Amino acid sequence: MPTINRWFVKASLICLVLGLLTGIWQQIPSLVIPALFPVFLHLLTIGWLTQLIFGIALWMFPVYSKAEPRGPEWLGWGIFLTLNAGLFLRVIFEPLQAISPSILGGWMLVTSAILQGLAGVGFVFSVWTRVRGR
Amino acid sequence: MPKLTRFFIRAALIYLLLGFTTGALLLANEGIPFAPQLWALLPNHIEFLFIGWLTQLALGVAFWILPRFGSLTPRGDERWSWAAFVLVNLGMIVSIVSAYVGFPWLGIGASLIQFGGFLLFLIGNWQRIYPPKWLKAAK
Repeated sequence: MPTINRWFVKASLICLVLGLLTGIWQQIPSLVIPALFPVFLHLLTIGWLTQLIFGIALWMFPVYSKAEPRGPEWLGWGIFLTLNAGLFLRVIFEPLQAISPSILGGWMLVTSAILQGLAGVGFVFSVWTRVRGR
Repeated sequence: MPKLTRFFIRAALIYLLLGFTTGALLLANEGIPFAPQLWALLPNHIEFLFIGWLTQLALGVAFWILPRFGSLTPRGDERWSWAAFVLVNLGMIVSIVSAYVGFPWLGIGASLIQFGGFLLFLIGNWQRIYPPKWLKAAK
């Protein structure tokens, strides 16, 4: 498995663990933070499931070209970095913003939204032409 | 990659884009509120990602890699799965429309259409879930 795909899969497993821990945290009545619920959901649906799919699809879909079987490597790293940086900002600033709103926190959420959006566009751009027959 | 899988995966990628776009708008609006009415997109955002993206991708890949029959029709009667593709996506479109027309039965109709699609996929591929020959022989 190429390096970039190992990073995707390992990061998705870390998100799975973090998501499950968040779920456990939320079940302790004295510790419940309502704003952690969307963080819990997005760690599992974006950080775990979607990121695992990204990593496996970029690895196993029909090759892009002989010279670059998995497409441009910089694009793969770009998707990885934007997705995880966006998710990281959300995990930190979404609960913080609910507890103690600030302009900085607000803009960090906007940045998170842009980064994750870019990751989605990058992934679709990267695999669209690889969705084909032999 | 069979033709139907390509249709399923490309449709899933379109819904991934829609889901990420609506999600980005919702999150940005949470950070710096600029359009409170955007919260109305939340049901669409969830539907795009759970049904349009994740489930549809799973169906497409399952149709591709489930065990095949060693015959002229390796994936059985593909019409079941094609009908599933049509119904799931028709249900998605009806669901999107129902969020804006204020007619609650349309939302239920959308869910029933999607349910029908998943049922047809199940009927069309159920028999492809069988053990390998060596395991059958060992029994």
